[in-house]
Amino acid sequence: MQSYSVLVVAAILFVLGLLGVLTRRNIIFILISVEIMLNAAGVAFVAAGARWGQPDGQVMFLFILAMAASEVSVGLALVMQVYHQHKTLDVSKLNNLKDDIET
Amino acid sequence: MQEVLFLIPALPLMGFLILSLAGRHLSKQVIAVVGAGVVCIAAIVTIWLGINFLQAPPENGAYTETLWRWMSVANFNCSFSFRIDALSLVFLFVITFVGALIHIYSAGFMKHDRDYARFFASMNLFVCAMLILVMADNLVLLYLGWEGVGLCSYLLIGFWYETTANVHAANKAFYITRIGDTAMAIGLFLLFRELGTLDIPAIQKAAPEHFIKSSPLITSIALLLLAGGMGKSAQVPLQTWLPDAMAGPSPVSALIHAATMVTAGVYLVARMHAVFQLSPFVMNITAVVGAVTLLIAGCSAMVQTDIKRILAYSTISQVGYMFLALGVGAWSAGIFHFFTHAFFKALLFLAAGAVIESLHHEHGIFKMGGLKNKLPIVFYTFLAGAAALAALPFVSAGFFSKDQILWYAWSANGGNPLLWLVALAGAFITAFYTTRLMLVVFWGEIKTDISEPPGRLMTWPLIILALLSIVAGFIEWPHNLMHVTLFSDVVQKALPPLTEKDIVPSEYIFQLIAVAATLTGIYTGYLLYKKNTAIVAKWKEVPALVGLRNFFFSGWRFDQLYHTLFVRPFMFVTSLNKQDVIDKIYTGIVSIFQWLNGIFSVSQDGSVRTYVISVLIGIIFILALQFFL
Repeated sequence: MQSYSVLVVAAILFVLGLLGVLTRRNIIFILISVEIMLNAAGVAFVAAGARWGQPDGQVMFLFILAMAASEVSVGLALVMQVYHQHKTLDVSKLNNLKDDIET
Repeated sequence: MQEVLFLIPALPLMGFLILSLAGRHLSKQVIAVVGAGVVCIAAIVTIWLGINFLQAPPENGAYTETLWRWMSVANFNCSFSFRIDALSLVFLFVITFVGALIHIYSAGFMKHDRDYARFFASMNLFVCAMLILVMADNLVLLYLGWEGVGLCSYLLIGFWYETTANVHAANKAFYITRIGDTAMAIGLFLLFRELGTLDIPAIQKAAPEHFIKSSPLITSIALLLLAGGMGKSAQVPLQTWLPDAMAGPSPVSALIHAATMVTAGVYLVARMHAVFQLSPFVMNITAVVGAVTLLIAGCSAMVQTDIKRILAYSTISQVGYMFLALGVGAWSAGIFHFFTHAFFKALLFLAAGAVIESLHHEHGIFKMGGLKNKLPIVFYTFLAGAAALAALPFVSAGFFSKDQILWYAWSANGGNPLLWLVALAGAFITAFYTTRLMLVVFWGEIKTDISEPPGRLMTWPLIILALLSIVAGFIEWPHNLMHVTLFSDVVQKALPPLTEKDIVPSEYIFQLIAVAATLTGIYTGYLLYKKNTAIVAKWKEVPALVGLRNFFFSGWRFDQLYHTLFVRPFMFVTSLNKQDVIDKIYTGIVSIFQWLNGIFSVSQDGSVRTYVISVLIGIIFILALQFFL
């Protein structure tokens, strides 16, 4: 029952993050929302590790931490560049990759 | 002895390579020395070889040399090997010797041309290809030379490619000879299918055993080979390219379109005599083609006004004589006429080139005139050539060779009084147009001033050729006059013997008639163009005669005929398919994919949110599958 409630918390965190990604316009907030989703996944791993008494869940969480750190650093660098070039962080305006049909 | 055979074609090839690779960086003097030098050395080697050949004839009648195996596929073997018998030797001598003289002449003739190196490179390549043609031991190698000379002819007709007409002339020559070449290739395939070999000695040996005389198969093979020869030798109905081929420089006309390449057909027929003899029908066709050609071309030559076109039609007509001789079975007479014709026709073309060059590139004979005293050397040499062309008795080489042909046209086994009559009419016409040409160009009043007389480089070859045009006939006399048969003694070794009819009239009568025809022709020319020019002026007012004259002038309207028969139907068919029906399939495929592209590219709208939603939908879909399946 303990792990069940932790999983519910993780699910709530994940949905919060997902909603953030879907609704936010600012890239930085989207990045933060992605971090929240990653952490939700981490919580689920730890809970699963505690449930079966295995260290794998915590090992997995360490991986996620490392991955998240690198992801954020790359992501923030990209955000810097995007802002530098487009003077905006609004994703709805950053749609230059849209495919214009020529014919 | 046999080891030096390869030198003869290799030397011009070397000249070609040097001039085409390094020609830009060489001075004109070096180019001339290389270009003419290699052919001269080849001529010296040939003469040396010829002397050896005559002094000590090889046992099997031929020098042979195998250089390397060319290709070997299943049971087909083809080697790069040369074989020189008496027939090849005559051609070899003419090609290298006359070729060398023409090269020397070209060094002077082309000296102001900026593409000096290209000219000599093409000429050398031509000589090389022509030598391969006549030296080839098998028909594949012969075909290589055959196509090689066709290519060089194309390159040299279109030598001054900046004028569109020249390019058209080159294309026309290429297309029309291609018709003959294709027929010849099919003939070779048939021959190979039947005999399993393309080696010339093997064919000569195997053909009489393998084929039944005058069977449809051998007839079709011989006809196809003859068609090849007709294309190259400009015989009716494939003769239309040669008059236009005069667009090339004069030495080219002399070398390719008078002395050597146009006689390749004669060589082919003579070389394949084993095949032709098996089909008397094709032999008759050959004779008839020759007779028709000599008459048609002779009539056209009578009314031309361009000096080179007159000579071109006369070449067609003289090659017609050679075909006639081969067709009636007078093999060595045909080759002998080739031999003398090469000298005097090359001479006439070179002299015409000198005239044209001196008169600021004027081609029309009616704008020339009075050159007798202005260009004495050209005049006397031209006179010698014209005498030989008209077959003036005893003082010209042309008499000896043409008289033989006339005689055999009647008396040889394949001969026929009708053929003789046509040949006689041809002799009259030839004498007439030659006289007309001489009188109009060299007598009368001066109409165009000359710029500069030709230099020594140009006059010496003329003098040598003029001497040969006079004396070359003395090696073979009509046998009722004097027993001198040096030429036929040699050539006969490589050719089948001549068979004559049992009962023939006296040869003296025929000679007298032939001489009379020549003299009447000359007198008619003199009468119409010198003594009483009013007659021609009067004729010009008769519409029927003017129509006839225009008919002859256009070469019997063969060009228009081919235009109506072939060009226009072809253009019609191509215009039907102008929309390119088959291409519709491919444009259809393209438009389907463009349409699909339009549909799918809606999903790529560049917004991160849409992508995330589609990822989410995908995940939910997979999860749903997990739960419900």
